[in-house]
Amino acid sequence: MWTWFFQLASPKWVYQFADKLLPWFKAVTAILFAIGLVYGLLISPMDYQQGNTVRIMYVHVPAAYLSMFVYVLMAISGGIGFIWRIKMAHIVSVSCAPIGAIVTMLALFTGGIWGLPTWGTFWQWDARMTSYLILFFLYLGFMALHSAFDDRKTADRASAILALVGLVNIPIIHFSVEWWNSLHQGATISKFEKPSIDIDMLKALLTMIVAFQFYFFTVLLQRVKAEILQREKLSNWVRKLAIES
Amino acid sequence: MSLLLSLVKREISVVLKSRSEFIYPLAFFVIVTSLFPLAVTPDPNQLAFIAPGIIWVAALLSILLSLNGFYQADYEEGGLEQLLLSGVSGANIVVAKSIANWLVTGLPLVLVAPMIGISFNMQPHTNWIAMLSLLVGTPSICFIGSIGMCLTLGLRNGGVLLTLLVLPLFIPVLIFGASAVGAASIGVNYSGQLAILGALLVFSIMVAPFAGAAAMKISID
Repeated sequence: MWTWFFQLASPKWVYQFADKLLPWFKAVTAILFAIGLVYGLLISPMDYQQGNTVRIMYVHVPAAYLSMFVYVLMAISGGIGFIWRIKMAHIVSVSCAPIGAIVTMLALFTGGIWGLPTWGTFWQWDARMTSYLILFFLYLGFMALHSAFDDRKTADRASAILALVGLVNIPIIHFSVEWWNSLHQGATISKFEKPSIDIDMLKALLTMIVAFQFYFFTVLLQRVKAEILQREKLSNWVRKLAIES
Repeated sequence: MSLLLSLVKREISVVLKSRSEFIYPLAFFVIVTSLFPLAVTPDPNQLAFIAPGIIWVAALLSILLSLNGFYQADYEEGGLEQLLLSGVSGANIVVAKSIANWLVTGLPLVLVAPMIGISFNMQPHTNWIAMLSLLVGTPSICFIGSIGMCLTLGLRNGGVLLTLLVLPLFIPVLIFGASAVGAASIGVNYSGQLAILGALLVFSIMVAPFAGAAAMKISID
């Protein structure tokens, strides 16, 4: 068990492991997306008020969920890398950032498209949107800081600190914006109560959330592989790999 | 404690040596706020309406401008490195610099803000609350800003990057600061916002020295 755990810190081992995992993740992602999209866009019922526009939910909600998840993962793995000086943790943290930024952008954009027919406006300075916009800025800041340093180790450690500070700040930002102004609906899915959403919609939504999750892991593995190759380009095993292919 | 005091004294004397530099943020504050009546409207009622937001945003930006003066020269001349080598902890340095920064930049802003308020046709009561909210809010801006400053110390064009890093973190302070003044101007209870500003201050004093010290160590290695 522990040897397996320690192997996670070795870029070479992780590269080979990711290579093995990747086809499976790709397949699962494709299948889940196929099921989720057909279920969500064709089979699940229309909303009695919003009609077909409610189907934007099947992209919007998973993207919004994922953007938070990715940030937490980015900050925690950055923190692990910072404290225990593990190269792999920094690689994961750095690979998370662009995916997170894109997903946050997607959540904001689909939110706007959804808002236009239902609220009559593309953008409103309400609590959720504003805090997601700030989340997007935090991602941008992370990437900008990381690319500003010439030395990669310094860049890794500095941006890990920023990610951690941002992680502490996210709840504060969230609640400050929440109390400031609100139009967005509250959470519909909760663990403790019976969901206030149609069961078919819920099933489709959950499928899409899992699909997005797998999509994220697929892209993450791909990015991690590329990042490892770039960082270890002078090592023997990468050289051998390049000669073989 | 005496160590902290002497560190603060050192920071202030270093900044005051270059006589004019500490005036810049204050001048920036006055000039930026005076642009708004020219750009938006000279109508007194509307000015009173937008004044809290303008005063707060201008205060944020001028403190942001002032951060550089406390760190960059010290870093480039090696003073910061010497301090760290002599056994002063990074957290102490960050606290001292933030306190000095507030005394030299933040406090003058707090004192000048009522004059801006009068020129924006704010009621005397609202004006006092604006001053009070700046008094509680600007120190946390100094502390939060110091984290970003420490992260960007060694960078060639850290200035623009600094803005990108810390402005999102300033947002809670801005929201509660401006909304305290806004609430006071329409005669609603504002003590909640002030209490949260105080909580944010305590929190930033708690977090910033350690995050800043860790960042400083990275920049100096």
